[in-house]
Amino acid sequence: MNYFITLIKRNWLFFIIMTAVLIFMNILQTPQKSTGEPILSEFISHIITIALINVLMAVSLNLVNGFTGQLSLGHGGFMCIGAYSASMITKIILPASGNAGWLVFILALIIGGITSGLIGYLIGLPTLRLKGDYLAIVTLGFSEVIRSIMVISDDIANVLNSIGLVSISNVIKEIGGPRGITGIDERSILPVVLIIVAIGIIMMRNLIYSSFGRAFQSISEDEIASETMGINTTKYKTMAFSISAFWAGVGGGLLAHKLLFISPNNFTFLKSIEYLIYVYAGGIGSISGSILSAMGLTCVLEFTRTLNLDEWRFVFYALLLIVLMLKKPAGLMGNKEFRFMIPREYR
Amino acid sequence: MGYKYLLVISLFAFLLSCGTGRVDEKNHMPQQKPEKAGKAVITIGVVAPITGQTATFGKSTREGVILAFEQIENKITLDGKEYKINVVFADDQGSPEAAVSAYNKLITHDKVLAIIGTVQSNCSLAGAPLAQKHKVPMISTASTNPKVTQTGDFIFRACFIDPFQGKVMAKYAIENLKLKTAAVIFDNANDYSKGLAEVFKKTYEELGGKVVSYQPFPGEDKTKDFSPLLTQIKSAKPELIFAPCYYQAAAQIAIQAKKLGLAVPILGGDGFDSPKLVEVGQKDVEGLTFSNHYSKDTPSTQVKQFVADYEKKFNSTPDALAVLSYDASKILIDALKRAGKPDSEAIKKALTETKDLEVVSGKITFDAERNPIKSAAILQIKNGKQVYITTVNP
Amino acid sequence: MKKNEKMVWLAIGVSFTILYILKYGFQGFLQQLVNGLQLGSLYALIALGYTMVYGIIKLINFAHGDLFMFGAYISAFVGAYLAGRGLIGLAFIPAMLLSMIVTAVLGMSIEKVAYKPLRNKPRLSVLITALGVSLFLENFFALPAEKVFFPFNKIVFGPNMLSFPKLIDDRIFNFAGISISMVKSIDFFVAILLMIILELIVKKTRIGKAMRAVSFNREAAYLMGIDVNFIIMVTFGIGTSLASAAGTLYALTFCCLDNPFMGIWPGMKAFIAAVLGGIGNIPGAMLGGFLMGIIETYASSINPQLGDVSAFSLLIIVLIFKPAGLMGKFEIEKV
Repeated sequence: MNYFITLIKRNWLFFIIMTAVLIFMNILQTPQKSTGEPILSEFISHIITIALINVLMAVSLNLVNGFTGQLSLGHGGFMCIGAYSASMITKIILPASGNAGWLVFILALIIGGITSGLIGYLIGLPTLRLKGDYLAIVTLGFSEVIRSIMVISDDIANVLNSIGLVSISNVIKEIGGPRGITGIDERSILPVVLIIVAIGIIMMRNLIYSSFGRAFQSISEDEIASETMGINTTKYKTMAFSISAFWAGVGGGLLAHKLLFISPNNFTFLKSIEYLIYVYAGGIGSISGSILSAMGLTCVLEFTRTLNLDEWRFVFYALLLIVLMLKKPAGLMGNKEFRFMIPREYR
Repeated sequence: MGYKYLLVISLFAFLLSCGTGRVDEKNHMPQQKPEKAGKAVITIGVVAPITGQTATFGKSTREGVILAFEQIENKITLDGKEYKINVVFADDQGSPEAAVSAYNKLITHDKVLAIIGTVQSNCSLAGAPLAQKHKVPMISTASTNPKVTQTGDFIFRACFIDPFQGKVMAKYAIENLKLKTAAVIFDNANDYSKGLAEVFKKTYEELGGKVVSYQPFPGEDKTKDFSPLLTQIKSAKPELIFAPCYYQAAAQIAIQAKKLGLAVPILGGDGFDSPKLVEVGQKDVEGLTFSNHYSKDTPSTQVKQFVADYEKKFNSTPDALAVLSYDASKILIDALKRAGKPDSEAIKKALTETKDLEVVSGKITFDAERNPIKSAAILQIKNGKQVYITTVNP
Repeated sequence: MKKNEKMVWLAIGVSFTILYILKYGFQGFLQQLVNGLQLGSLYALIALGYTMVYGIIKLINFAHGDLFMFGAYISAFVGAYLAGRGLIGLAFIPAMLLSMIVTAVLGMSIEKVAYKPLRNKPRLSVLITALGVSLFLENFFALPAEKVFFPFNKIVFGPNMLSFPKLIDDRIFNFAGISISMVKSIDFFVAILLMIILELIVKKTRIGKAMRAVSFNREAAYLMGIDVNFIIMVTFGIGTSLASAAGTLYALTFCCLDNPFMGIWPGMKAFIAAVLGGIGNIPGAMLGGFLMGIIETYASSINPQLGDVSAFSLLIIVLIFKPAGLMGKFEIEKV
């Protein structure tokens, strides 16, 4: 109980803002009398949902790349694990669950996250002893291997079938090889995503301002020095890595239940690079920066769809990115935070 | 820190202002306001791969649709009231993920009444659930995978389905070519290709043939080098290769097979139908044989009239995709007329009742799974031209 | 590597080879080796550019794959012009040389505009700029000409497939059941030739010496009177021209250019090849490239879908056992 009181004390502003936003959003989403259309049309809420998922992904990647200073390029792979496990669960269990649908969905997200976190831990243990660019490549390699395993799932199912494990092979067949899973139930509606993303951000922020977070930051400053100070660098690095993977998995689950369709091609290294861009454009070591850049860049990219720019959209996006990095090499926010993002005692 | 708050606020302001549908009239992105007085507008959405690997499909689709709607001068009279028809195109880039975005934009932003498209089965499979969910009737132009229309009762198609196409080619191989051993090479990332390969294998073996090599490859965009597969196929010594892919992979397979000294006939499906096949493959694609939805040499007045109109407008010969999208538009216009009002439920009902509608690629009647029943033409590449060989009836 | 460790790897390799031969026959094995060498020579050429740029400014140049694409397109245009005048046969050589020069100019200007201003800034911001440049090149050249206003509509490539002119009348030679086409051998020998030239430049010329000095210690090289900016620019030029040569060979092999996004996957694979060999190390990149090509070919002949998995698994295994790649030196960090 005490814990909850501290939690609320530390984050009261956040909770109030969240409630206000939720109520506000509810008003926006109810159809207006004059036009019969809600102010926040389905098109906009779709985009905001996607942007929020990107925010979660960017913040979780920032935990590893920014705060712990380990260059990881494998975020798409963790997202892939989360997306696949969550949508497999909802696909198999949801039709039979009746009223408990939302519970199953939340559980599926958590299981997706845990699977992803676990795999993140297993990958992190051997690879995190590598440094700099080599670490980046190995994480990238792992994420591609994860994706490729999804691609060959048909063959895996066939092999299992020939050994006699028919039931498991039938489940694996559902993964659908390179064709992916279609017909996923739509569950990632805006309020749900908003709440989950907010919880994710609060938890990661609190982690960063805890003693663990200071350990992460000391590793990113100077690994050898922090080791000599008695910090178990391997432990903290794998910890940051698996927590980041957990949230990436949750983000993947959310995305799958928004796009209603996933295939291994959604999770190539280009996906990881997309998130890398958000993190660095926002500023490494700044949660506010990640939120701002993921939100801003996604919205710029998606809303320009309506401006009839067609193919020019990505050209402008690329130019924006180059100019941004040339003008502000440390990212939008550098390593600063919005004041309200910082717990009171650190302000 | 003040200016950063300002940044956030302005970002959100931008976010909200952008999305309120405030778009120029001239940009062909109208907000449909059916209740308002004045000229009523019906918005029809078209999804096609306008860019990407299969861009020639998109070009043909676009032209077919434009021709069909221009012939009725972009307006239609329903129940004594004149409606202007506005056609909105969306690009699926030939990828399912982009297809979802494209369908989403058409349905939720442009508020279309019905959707024509899209071409590829994998993209239609990704988009169809959205159309079904929002109860927007959708007529796929060339998605031959059976699963597409099984998504729900709002999904129709203007082409035949894979089981039929696979059967036709297997029969043709056994009965006309009299070749008893085959190798199958297909794109496992594509429902179209996989479906065709499976049906071909099944039928071919039922008819007494033998599939000696069955090779899936993971996606056309990533597989460029087919020589490892073809080397394997060569050592299995088949008498023919069945390669139900799109034109680009087909050209690569033909070229690389020649380079490995593998000189056996290559058969395929309607995905071969593109002028690019000959452009890329040149001499190497001579003799490629494939099933298609129509041939411009078919003796029929409908076909002659269409080919003449199309050539006059676009200065090029129509391929099967132009025909199918033209037909899909015709089917939709016919259904609209019979429905008598711009209402999706009524259009769906009218579409279901379509019977013996004469279109370019044959007579259309939908079966219980909303698939048209029609015949297939078999074509071959000779001297860089598609030559009509025979028609196979269901 | 320790001697017994080497033996273990050798034993694994040999046993895989024997298993493969038992399953698919010796002929199949050799034919796949030929296929693999061709693919490998393309990877090696691209990997060389990656490795040179990395060696000198420690930047993973994500735009390298797109420069490969650019080179392929330029050579396609030059090739079409030459083929239009009835010049075939050796016409691919001028096409290749011209595209190498044009691409090198583009590479150098990218360096000047997008990378140089960030040279003393956080290293990772250059990485993001490189990503931005890559996105820009892909999407800009993919603009369809009719959607672009005047000066640019002449230079964009458009999103559609472009067929590459048949510059070589491809002949097939048969040796004991193994088919080697003309293009395959050209790929291989041109790649080897370019690698030898590169090796000579780096080892025997003054510029090569300066390059090695800059990559070893930029500050010290500067103090020794080496024009560091010029040397970095030259390195970019050479690296991109190699990518462009690979682009030409790639287009020659596959007879078509998909779209301006075609550089992504070959670029990625070549990058992995460079890391595999030890990034920053020129012979390492060659070795890595060939190894990648061969292993990918064998894996995809067993099951075509194994191609990617095998490449990435190989990378992971090598890096876990040898964290600096096959030929790279592992530097011990001193405090």
